[in-house]
Formats: sequence, structure tokens, C-alpha cells
Amino acid sequence: MAKVHVSTTINGEPSEFLCEPNDTMLDALRGPLGLTGSKEGCASGDCGACSITVDDNLICSCLMLAVESEGHELRTIEGMAQGEKLHPLQQKFLEMAALQCGICTSGMLVASDALLKRNPKPSEEEVRFWLAGNLCRCTGYDKIVRAVMDTAAEMRAQ
Amino acid sequence: MTVVTNNKWIGQRTIRPDGMDKVTGRAQFAADTNMPGMIWGKVLRSPHAHARIKSINTAKAEALPGVKAVVTARDIVDFPIEKGAVMLGIQDMRWMCRNVMAREKALFPGHPIAAVAATSEAIAAEACKLIEVDYEVLPFVIEIEDAIKSDAPILHEFNTFEGKPSNIAGRLEHKKGDLAEGFKKADVVIERSFTTRPVHQGYIEPHACLISVAPDGKTTIWSSSQGQFMVRAMTAHLTGIPQSDIRAIPAEIGGGFGGKTIVYLEPLATLLAKKSGRPVKMVMTREEVMRATGPTSGSKSTVKIGATKDGKIVAAHGTFYLQAGALPGSPIRGAVGCSFTPYDIPNLLSEGYDVCSNRSKVAAYRAPGAPIGAYAVECVLDEVAEALKMDPLDFRLKNAAKEGTKAAHGPTFPRIGYIETVEAAKASDHYKAPLGKLQGRGVASGFWFNAGGESSAQVNITEDGNVVVTTGHPDIGGSRAGIANICAELLGIDYRRVSVIIGDTQTIGFSNLTGGSRVLFASSIVVTQSAEKIIHTLRERAAKIWEIDPEAVKWEDGAAHPVSPNAGQFPPLTLKDLAEKAPAMGGPIGAGVQLNTQGADGGFGTHICDVEVDVDLGIARVTRYTAVQDVGRAIHPGYVEGQLQGGVAQGIGWALNEEYIYTKEGKVDNPGFLDYRMPVCSDLPMIDCIMVEVPNPKHPQGVKGVGEVPLVPVMAAVANAIYNALGKRFYALPMSPPKVLEVIDAPETRQAAE
Repeated sequence: MAKVHVSTTINGEPSEFLCEPNDTMLDALRGPLGLTGSKEGCASGDCGACSITVDDNLICSCLMLAVESEGHELRTIEGMAQGEKLHPLQQKFLEMAALQCGICTSGMLVASDALLKRNPKPSEEEVRFWLAGNLCRCTGYDKIVRAVMDTAAEMRAQ
Repeated sequence: MTVVTNNKWIGQRTIRPDGMDKVTGRAQFAADTNMPGMIWGKVLRSPHAHARIKSINTAKAEALPGVKAVVTARDIVDFPIEKGAVMLGIQDMRWMCRNVMAREKALFPGHPIAAVAATSEAIAAEACKLIEVDYEVLPFVIEIEDAIKSDAPILHEFNTFEGKPSNIAGRLEHKKGDLAEGFKKADVVIERSFTTRPVHQGYIEPHACLISVAPDGKTTIWSSSQGQFMVRAMTAHLTGIPQSDIRAIPAEIGGGFGGKTIVYLEPLATLLAKKSGRPVKMVMTREEVMRATGPTSGSKSTVKIGATKDGKIVAAHGTFYLQAGALPGSPIRGAVGCSFTPYDIPNLLSEGYDVCSNRSKVAAYRAPGAPIGAYAVECVLDEVAEALKMDPLDFRLKNAAKEGTKAAHGPTFPRIGYIETVEAAKASDHYKAPLGKLQGRGVASGFWFNAGGESSAQVNITEDGNVVVTTGHPDIGGSRAGIANICAELLGIDYRRVSVIIGDTQTIGFSNLTGGSRVLFASSIVVTQSAEKIIHTLRERAAKIWEIDPEAVKWEDGAAHPVSPNAGQFPPLTLKDLAEKAPAMGGPIGAGVQLNTQGADGGFGTHICDVEVDVDLGIARVTRYTAVQDVGRAIHPGYVEGQLQGGVAQGIGWALNEEYIYTKEGKVDNPGFLDYRMPVCSDLPMIDCIMVEVPNPKHPQGVKGVGEVPLVPVMAAVANAIYNALGKRFYALPMSPPKVLEVIDAPETRQAAE
């Protein structure tokens, strides 16, 4: 099978890659694009460890074909910090111990960022339902939910 | 030993050393690395629950273009059954060699039969299909009650129990006093039987490894596990490569909870890499994780407890049958040893049976066995308290183990903090809060042994006067953060000047598994002793520079200071000053300590759970939860709370939804996160923690293990809460919606409600 050439934008940078027609976006990110911050926990869209945004829509990159990214704008965990400056969510996760093993953290941060862009003042229930597609087995979610709500409050104050 | 309590860094919520890498996607987990020339390995797995392997023909697979190597059990070092046990920690290599690759028989659907390495994952998978296996399919058995019947299909013909071939692979008991006499004194006796289903540890990162074997045999293993030394030793045993030639590098581990304390892929990938001459990467799918790696046991228990009418427990008897899976080794030690331990019971018999059946071999899961036993015991205690019309926490207080109590599993307790956990639970706002309709509250307690064991540390002062600490335990819950706090405290410097890393097997001394809630306990002992040696050297160096006696130098706030009779004579020499002067003053500054650490104290917790039951849908929802635990000393409170909260979440999953479901062919029918329903964010409330600190006097910082206790009481706390809400007791887990509805819809419940 011949490989397919794809042109897309990842974290603001024009990017090109070659992939098999049946490769997922997650395969392409972790393979030819070398962006291993997105993780594969299930390959079935249940765990959210591979969460990215495509044109600002939150998706599981394991459920998208790599060829579908042609002409779209993708954002991954690697694009969240601006140079040396962490995104407020990243900083808050560190300060509030909202991560343990870290395997879900990339997906949690990408998903939380997508939430705050849509809803700068989420209730606890809204945070919990928005993040229901991101499994974490270490934290019991408590500190993650608090970190997202605290970040939202801080970002609103700025 | 005096425990220092007035601390600058110990007890602070510092930023974890590995945090920045994890929030930016930089952290390298097992599947995140590649090597030049790398190829991919895949495993052919048994479709049968039980089958004799008559022959395996790999010729067609080997002939497929792109295939570079095929291995079967013939390539793996055999540990013959008749030669007796070869133990590596708690694992018998006779079982491990048969678990990583089926030898005489396939023992569960998913049991590895062969492995292939090829230039792509797709070719390796295609080649697996070309391997011809001639199976003689045998009758199988999954559930305990079937496996212990006299006419059950026998997994291991060599195993006998009471003189006959049996699936019961072992029995353990602890006893105390005279059971029959004890029950005679009881005014209330309650006996109940319980079942629990197998549940998986549920780590989000599937098992993965990347392995290179050079032509001279030098082997590099990159994998995620709960012990790089365990990976090295097991791989050496199973491949015949000496340990000195195997460098096992610990990748960041994406969750383990006990499930990564044994190997699955590493020996196979090593042999494939050796045969092919190419680095081999293997990554399990989620389905493979669910089918073929260790969940914990399903169980069948009977617990009988007798008490006098003034609320004193006089006798207790627990019988715990635990599924081992395909090969012996279920965690009966935890069920038998922990379940009654919070209580001072004069007459006790606690016995456990290790039962083999045709499902994947169990692996450790957070306080292995203890939550299973505690579920049964703590539910019966709730009924006894109710029969005595006593508050369940008062009942526990009346019978609580304390300093001087002799536990049935052996030790006489030193000063322990169990009573404090019950008192703190009783005094909490949560325990006093009102409940609404269809809401209920339950409590339960739990115990875990905790552990010490082998640890190594090397602490080095860099040329610019900062610190690098290397230890040998994969960090699974924040241990690096704890070590940074302790090292900063001891050396009197900012914690950001301490870099904490996990060494590989060839760069740091032997360190036993990350497990048993032992890591911070054990590693902080060797780190403390290393830091003390360094401080001694620093004082000597300053004394040499000042030409005074080293005894006249003290180390404080990160600098050497002259003390009486030279106090104030010289300006302090900081760590930076002394590091700069090191080349001329005796050379590099560093120290390492290796120890088999002793003095671990057990951990106790008491939990309060509120539920609300939706009687139309059968959904029991946890609405409020408080975990109280004696944590010894919270070195980093954020990650201690994290352990408590994470353990509780796993317990809520175990109580309400998680279970292995089998088809009539004996295959797991729900091998994915959609149907194996772990708690998601919207299922849970905030989880409150009350940390009681009764420092361990045998530890320099007072540390007790904290990671495992928080899973132990949860299922019973949830079950007791559901009873309190509905007035109906459940004797089986999970209490999932269909099962709750079944009870709600039973005619007698409807009548009672009307």
C-alpha cells in the first residue's frame, strides 16, 4: 500500500507527514511526527489519553484517521505551553498535585483547556461531565477537578 | 530515634521533580521510545480456556516476508515442576516461565503460545495467524465453586490437596485462642457468605517494552514496571542471559497498582531481539491487558463473628477462597492476615485457600487480598453492631487493636494509630451530617502490613553545589517528591536544588519492587543515611579549611558553621563553597547506602461513605466520602491525599461496577474500558481526607506506607451505606445497577416499601 502525503497544521506550525491510509491520527502523531505526549491507553476512544483538538474541537486522536487531518488545525499537549511559559492549567496541575503517574495528564490538560475556552466559569458538575471521557486511575479526579476550577477562577480574574 | 517535626520542607506541597515533564508531554513512558533498526513483536494467544499443546508449527510464519524471528516455549528457560520452587521474591519461576509462554498446556484464553518479530506490527500480527497449533481441547473451569468440586477439571495434575489431585494449590491459616469456647460466650453470632468478582488494576498505560540485544549478549531493556531489578532478574532467569549483561532502564510508569510487579513481554522481546539481531518493541493492546495480565482474585468468603451484648467481640472465623487464575499464587496472605487485624479478638481462626482456574494468573493489586477479606469482615461487623444496637464506630472503638495487642498473624503491635482514625471519623462533620430519603451512610476500617526491604541510594553533590539523588524504585505515586523534600530538609537547602532520579539496574544498587507501600519508607532511610554521611564529609572539609576540629563544626541551613570554641571565628561555608573547593580538599562529595530496611509499621484506615440510590435505575451513587488514615508522617501531603483519593476511587469501582464477565467458552467478554466500567470523573464526588499522623518511631522521618490501606475498607463502606439507604444487604460485588434493581424489585422489598 502506498503511503499518503498529508499537509496539516500542528500547534501552529505547518506540518507534513506520510502515513498509511489506515493509520490513526494518534499513530501519525506518535510515529512520523514524533509527538509522543499523546498516549494510547485503549485505541477505542474510551480513555481520552490521546485527546487533541482539531479546529478547536476536542477529539480522541485514536478515533480519527491521520489522512483526515489534511488542511486542518491540530493542537496537542506539546503546543500548550508558550515557550518557557506554562499554560495556567499546567501550572495549577503542578501546584495542586493533580497528577500522579502522568499517563492521563496530557489528555486531561488538553480536554480541560478545551472546556475553559468554551466555558470560562464551569460548575463542578460541568467539569466532571466534560472530563468524563478522560480516565484517570491514580487520583480519584478530586485534585484534577479542583485544579481546573481554580485555574478557571484565576483566568477570569486576570 | 527522634522524629524531627519542626520542618521547612517535610510536609510541604512542593512541585514534584517529574511534574514539568508530565504536564508538557515530555515524560517518556514505555511505549514512547524508538531505536534505530527497530522491529515489532506480537504475541499469538490461546483461543482456548484449557488445552494441551500437541504441536506448534511456525514454518509458514517464518517464511512470511518481513518476519525476522519467532519464539515459542522451547526458547524460554524451563523450570521443571518436579525440581521444586525457584523463588524470586514471592514469585515461583516455575509458574512465571509458564505464564509468559504456555508450555505443556494453554491455561486461559489469551495465554501466550508464540511470539513473532517483524518489520511492522501488521506483518507480525499476520504472521501470528500463520502459526499452526495442534490443541487437544480440555474441559475448563472458571468459578471457585466449580473449581473446588471433586469432579472439577484439574489444571495441574501434579498438584494434590488432602491426598487427591486438586485445584486448591495452597492453604494458609492464622489462629489465636479457642474458637469453640469463644463462640460459646457470644450473645450475638452472625455468619454470612460473600462473593467478589475479579477486577483489574486498570492502569491506563498498557504493558510495553523496547529491547536491544547486541551480538555479545549485552541487553538493554526499556520498559515500564514496578521494579527494573525484577525485570532484570526475571528476564535473566527466563532467557539465560546473566544479570550483569542486562541493563533494565525504568521508563516512566503509567500506573501499576501491583499489576506491573511481574513481567509479561520482556523475556519474549529479549529472545526475539536476540534471534533477529534487531531491537524489538512490543506494546500490548488494551484487550491483551484485560485478557492476559493479572487482575486480582474473584473470591468466595464466609465470615462468622460473635460478640457479647456489651459489644465485645469474643470470637471470629473467616474462610477466604481466592482465585489464583491459571497458576498458583492468589493473595491469601492479605485476606487471611489483614481482615481481622484492626480488632483485638481473643479467639480467632482466619483461613485462606488458593484456587487455580482457567483465567489469567492474578497479579498484585493494591493491598493484595486485604480488600477482599475486609469486605466480608466489615460487612458482618456492621450487622453485629446493628444487632447490638451500637453505633458502628463505637463498636469498632470498643474492639480496636492498640499498642500491645497481639495480631493473629504474629506481631504484637507497637504504638499504632487505629483508634485515632476511628475517633477522627466519629468527630468529623461528615459523620454528623443529616441524610435524606434513599440516602445511606456506611463505615468500615482496614489494615495493610506495609513493608521495608532492600533499597539503595546514591546522593552526589554536583560541582556547582547542588544535589543529585538516585534511587532504585520506579516512582508510581510521587515518591520522588517525598525524597526531594527529605533531602532538602536534611541538607538545609531549597528543594529545587535537589534533583531526584530513578537509576537503571547497572547504575544503582539493588532495590526491591515498588510495592507493599514500601518505597518512601525504605528509600528515605537510605537517602537519610547517605545525606548524613555527606554532612559528615562537609563538616570535615570545613574543619580542614578552618584548621579546627570537625566536632567544632555544625551543619545548618545549608552551610558549615564553626561552633564553640570557634563560634563566629569564620564566615559559614555553604554547600556551593565546599563543592567548589572539593577538588583540592579530598575530591568529589557523595555517599551511597544499601540496606535491607527494617521497622515498617502497618497502616490503618477508617472510611465513611454516603450513597444515594436511584430506585428506578438501580444506580447507587456515592455522594460523599471521607477517608481517615494513620499516615505516620505526611512528607508531601498532596501526594499522600492523592494515594487516599485514588485508592477510594478504585474501591468505589470495585464495589459498584467493575467485574470480569466471562462467555460460556470461558473468555473475558468485556476486555475494554467501555464494558469494564471504571469510575469516570462524573461518577465520583470530591474525596475528603483526614490524615492522622502517628509517626513510626523506627523511621527517621516517622514514615509509614500509605498507598495500599485506602483501598481496603472501601467496598464494605459502600455496601454498608447501601444497606443503610435501602434496608437491604448485598452479599456480592459489584452492586451494579442490574443487581441492585434485582433486589429492589424482589417482591419482599416491594412489600416492605409499601
